[in-house]
Amino acid sequence: MDFLAHLINGISLGSIYAIIALGYTMVYGIAKMLNFAHGDVIMVGGYVIFIAVSNMGLPPVLSVILAMILCTILGITIEKIAYKPLRNAASSLAVLITAIGVSYLLQNAALLIFGSNPKTFTSVVSLASIKLFDGRITISGETIVAIISCLIIMAGLILFINKTKAGQAMLAVSEDKGAAQLMGINVNATISLTFAIGSALAAVAGALLCSAYPQLTPYTGSMPGIKAFVAAVFGGIGSIPGAFIGGIILGIIEILSKAYISSKLSDAIVFAVLIIVLLVKPTGILGKKMQEKV
Amino acid sequence: MKKFNLSKTTKDNLWTYGIVLVIALITGILLLTGNLSSLMEGLLVPICSYVILAVSLNLTVGILGELSLGHAGFMCVGAFTSAFFSKLTENVITVDIVRFILAIIIGAAFAGLMGILIGMPVLRLKGDYLAIVTLAFGEIIKNVINVLYIGIDSKGIHFSMKDSMALGLEPDGKIIIKGAQGITGTPKDSSFLIGVILIFITLFIVLNLIHSRDGRAIMAIRDNLIAAESVGINITKYKMMAFSISAALAGVAGVLYAHNLNSLMATPKNFGYNMSIMILVYVVLGGIGNIKGSVIAAVVLTVLPEVLRGMNNYRMLIYAIVLIVIMLFSWSPKCLEWREVFMEKYIRPRFAKKTSEEGK
Repeated sequence: MDFLAHLINGISLGSIYAIIALGYTMVYGIAKMLNFAHGDVIMVGGYVIFIAVSNMGLPPVLSVILAMILCTILGITIEKIAYKPLRNAASSLAVLITAIGVSYLLQNAALLIFGSNPKTFTSVVSLASIKLFDGRITISGETIVAIISCLIIMAGLILFINKTKAGQAMLAVSEDKGAAQLMGINVNATISLTFAIGSALAAVAGALLCSAYPQLTPYTGSMPGIKAFVAAVFGGIGSIPGAFIGGIILGIIEILSKAYISSKLSDAIVFAVLIIVLLVKPTGILGKKMQEKV
Repeated sequence: MKKFNLSKTTKDNLWTYGIVLVIALITGILLLTGNLSSLMEGLLVPICSYVILAVSLNLTVGILGELSLGHAGFMCVGAFTSAFFSKLTENVITVDIVRFILAIIIGAAFAGLMGILIGMPVLRLKGDYLAIVTLAFGEIIKNVINVLYIGIDSKGIHFSMKDSMALGLEPDGKIIIKGAQGITGTPKDSSFLIGVILIFITLFIVLNLIHSRDGRAIMAIRDNLIAAESVGINITKYKMMAFSISAALAGVAGVLYAHNLNSLMATPKNFGYNMSIMILVYVVLGGIGNIKGSVIAAVVLTVLPEVLRGMNNYRMLIYAIVLIVIMLFSWSPKCLEWREVFMEKYIRPRFAKKTSEEGK
């Protein structure tokens, strides 16, 4: 029975990782860069919701939407100012370091504005928890909302990419920027759109993460961001179902190893599993194999 | 007057040594005349270890061309193995310098061994996958050390991954590595002079490697793996060589770092991925593959936040903005073009005028 409870907790945490990983994987697929600032956009989303709910008294749903809008604007601005000038730079490391710079910038700006004391986040979920098996297992409202929103987001993204023109443009740009441009696709607008979607997803993830773990500090987003990237790599980076599967598996491994092996070693176990998966299948679970040309 | 005909590489190497020597001499003079604030004085040894780390990471990132985000992990291995050794033999080997040299050898050997162990499976991966796996290894090393307990008594060495009680020590035993509390009371053997000497040794190893036959093979792999393989270069051997040397040198930096601290703990701040990223920032900002640049960037970027300390909370914000602006300025193709035009228009003509006048 305990095992089932841990499993549900794992899926819940995994759904949050999956939502972050979906944003990560889309941005990576298109811009071919590790967006280290993605985790910090989650943190910004968390603070926006915190202020909207606690200081402005907005209803939770409205504040989440507000956070999504602000994070979208933030994401597009970051892309325009910091990443776009370096798109054709001689080394791909340049944009990686700039992303690290942006990450420091967001963290320290938050530190200046909100201070280092953790803020206690009021959950945005007002759903009552469900009791199963005569109350031996309790599934919290946060868990249900996290799992459902993750499924909806993934289904929506798959539909968006396969059925709409903008989604097809995204696929084309991720495969070959030059060819896509020759086909009349606006590459800049497509990349901006990807960053917009990724950042909006980060805001949703921020809301869910802070509802489940209600301690909000300027560094809240950084570790989940790294783990979500691990999840994206795990499932095969660039693949949307891959990010989902990777996120869920990662969440389950983390919670189970916390429960049964050691709470201090859980991160090490998560990373060890990643390494084993990558050594067996170097492109991740659902990754495509790339042929290298001479 | 007789002219020295030095080759371009020798000249370049001498410049690198020269820069380190000048910086070290100026700092040394400031230190001896007492013009250095105590804060800066405390930073001297860490700066030396950051310089070594940056130079060694540049070997992986710049010369081998593989992105590693787990460099702090190797530093961590070097730091803990050497500190463990020093604590163990503190009463046996009483000559500080002998013990410290042995500690450096042990730290470098273990870190290098770790580099080989990790490199064997990992170097088959490429690009960002390699980056994320090295990051994972760094985190694993940090996490494992945080739950490691090692103690010693009359029966020998005991170790456990649970707590200090599980060691089952005799009454005369003492705990050396105490989980998250790490190692306390490491002999303070590091000094600025030793740090500078270690920087010179590191530079000597790295610069000689780069300009040797092996180094050219490594750079050939970086430039085109398939072409290098087709002319008979043993890819695995040279990749492992660069990676393990880089790891061993990071271990040396760890030894230096550990013997400067009274209590050594594996926190996310000093051995986590943040540290690895910080070293990467030095390397990229200084110029990928440019050893001289790594040295300068490591020194400037460590001193900068301290200089900005007067601005209190704003200093890390300014640091971040400076980082972004420098990256944009030095890597953006548009900016580079603009700089070129600027040079053509204003700087070059003056130089040209001067040299032509001298020619007359």
